[in-house]
Amino acid sequence: MADALLRVEDLRVEYPSEDGIVHAVDGITYQVLPGKTLGIVGESGSGKTVSSLTTLGLTRRQGARISGRILFEGRDLVTLPEGELRAIRGNEIAMIFQDPLSALHPLYKVGKQLIETLQAHKDIASRQARARAVELLGLVGIPDPSRRVDEYPHEFSGGMRQRAMIAMALANDPKLLIADEPTTALDVTVQAQILALMERLQKELGMAIVIITHDLGVVAEMADDIAVMYAGRIVETASAESVFSGPQHPYTWGLLKSIPRLESDRAHELVPIPGTPPSLIRPPSGCHFHPRCAYAQPDHARIDPALEPVPGEPSHHVACLLTPEERKQLWAELAAGRVPEQALAAGAGERAS
Amino acid sequence: MAEPGTQSMQSGGIVQAAAPGEPLVRAQNLTKHFPITRGVFLQRSVGAVKAVDGVSFDVRRGETLGIVGETGCGKSTTARLVMRLLESTSGELTFDGQDITKVKGARLKAIRRDVQMIFQDPYSSLNPRKTIGSIIGEPFAIHGLLSEKGERRKAVQELMETVGLNPEHYNRYPHEFSGGQRQRIGVARALALKPKLLIADEPVSALDVSIQAQVLNLLRDLQRQFGLTLIFIAHDLSVVRHMCDRVAVMYLGRIVEIGSGDDLYSFPRHPYTGALLSAVPVADPSRHGGQRRLLTGDVPSPANPPKACRFHTRCPKAQERCSVEDPPLEAKGTGTLAACHFPLSGAEVEQMGLARPPETAPAG
Repeated sequence: MADALLRVEDLRVEYPSEDGIVHAVDGITYQVLPGKTLGIVGESGSGKTVSSLTTLGLTRRQGARISGRILFEGRDLVTLPEGELRAIRGNEIAMIFQDPLSALHPLYKVGKQLIETLQAHKDIASRQARARAVELLGLVGIPDPSRRVDEYPHEFSGGMRQRAMIAMALANDPKLLIADEPTTALDVTVQAQILALMERLQKELGMAIVIITHDLGVVAEMADDIAVMYAGRIVETASAESVFSGPQHPYTWGLLKSIPRLESDRAHELVPIPGTPPSLIRPPSGCHFHPRCAYAQPDHARIDPALEPVPGEPSHHVACLLTPEERKQLWAELAAGRVPEQALAAGAGERAS
Repeated sequence: MAEPGTQSMQSGGIVQAAAPGEPLVRAQNLTKHFPITRGVFLQRSVGAVKAVDGVSFDVRRGETLGIVGETGCGKSTTARLVMRLLESTSGELTFDGQDITKVKGARLKAIRRDVQMIFQDPYSSLNPRKTIGSIIGEPFAIHGLLSEKGERRKAVQELMETVGLNPEHYNRYPHEFSGGQRQRIGVARALALKPKLLIADEPVSALDVSIQAQVLNLLRDLQRQFGLTLIFIAHDLSVVRHMCDRVAVMYLGRIVEIGSGDDLYSFPRHPYTGALLSAVPVADPSRHGGQRRLLTGDVPSPANPPKACRFHTRCPKAQERCSVEDPPLEAKGTGTLAACHFPLSGAEVEQMGLARPPETAPAG
């Protein structure tokens, strides 16, 4: 296996607030291999965005308390001085955001913003920078780039703005692209275009991608590996195939069973996860998921599960207090269309006999 | 599903006027053009955004009609026309047997009682300074019903129970509730007057995945329990599949295809429907790599839509005829009505990885 491009170790990000300390990211560890795509899946408030902003040093000014290590090619980004971090940000690590309209400056031409990105990191003449800006807009599929380079963001459609954002992110050939919900604000046909574009560019330019999303369909299409986050922690991580074919964590099961699917008919019933995501100021004791977990046992409110490998699958990790046998049997029942109560009853029957 | 009007209704039930056979809503050639004006004082009209441009559809009693389409296709405008929040530029709208295209004043208010709406944003659609009790009870106040305090409180608490809220939270404020619970408050408010028609405009798109399923299940339960007639507007094709009996696909102010969910999703005939369906990311890496048909370019401006077939500028099957002759919405022999001169063939649909025999329904 190649050396990791990015390695996050026991990262914690806490914010002081009037009501107490917000534990936005609560000790997460993951890595991204060169040229590969990691998908981080989770709901609002799971810490997926904060952890990525921290990678770029963007939470420092907000008064966050950060601990742990973020190793990018051997350098620790947590302790790196701001000046050196700035040389990496937008250069070796680039980011695209959910809302391209608010991420682009409305009063500057798209080309001007691209040129600025280039000149921030490279000593490059304005005319060359402009030529490169046109080239980049062409690369991301904007028609007639030599004319469009002189337009303002409001003259671009939503999909074109996101393309322009991607062009800006790619300006300095980054090794790592962090995409935070890159297609959530877009229509489905435009989303398909943008995802196809990201895949093509990754192949051509060989960069690694971290894609943050709540959409299981998007990660299934894009990611090589997946990390599932819940309440500031990673609860499961594995290859995309393993997460979809043999998910281990009850929260992952809940997500998979609660999405409507295009190919299932109307008789198909959704199984929602009961309750709501917890407060990050006073997260639940023990396993953070236990108040919403159908399979929780009394001591799960006390014991904090660690992210451990699944037997027989060294690259599949899960933080769950159920035994591997219990999990296997429960998922088999759920995959066969049973609801959690039935799955539990079937398991109890089996153990009794 | 139970025939609407035949089941016994409790006090919280939605009473349907029993008139089988006749649709509850009928829209014929409905259009809404918003004028584009120039100048401050003497506003000259220099054109029109054709948000809805000649749509015809029926909503049958007790069914859920889904309207899908991308931003700017006119789906929300269509809903607002049915609600009579907007007045149509032309066309005819019948509700429950009466022509409501131009009704005003007291008669309009009476119709509003029968048509209720659930909005997309559970945060901005609830007044933060009012208690949940007064928000859900407001429809009663507007229509001068249940004016005795104890009576209204009882009705509101029954509604809260129906939608899965704790009736003891009657005096709480919206900020004390999560997004999913707020959407339940919106549903309770919409049900208060026992409407004949409920319009849900993107009711779950602002919610997290796990909460989305809670609200969808609630709507489906209510639908079964009360035989509700529902117009369900969404951009998420999977959600629409799950919720709707029939589905209309809109593009640039027109319905391009309409039919039962089963027919439309298993054998789409309009190339736009096919493109929409094949663009949906599938939550299953093993099925990755179907022949996705990517549309190129962007949706044209509704102020200046393409002539004849509106989709011809982006359609992979377009021929000369498509830019000359407007295709009518008509049966194509496979269940749906489609407005297309060159509808997709079975082989093409299969190639896009869409037509799936029903027995391969996945196990999650």
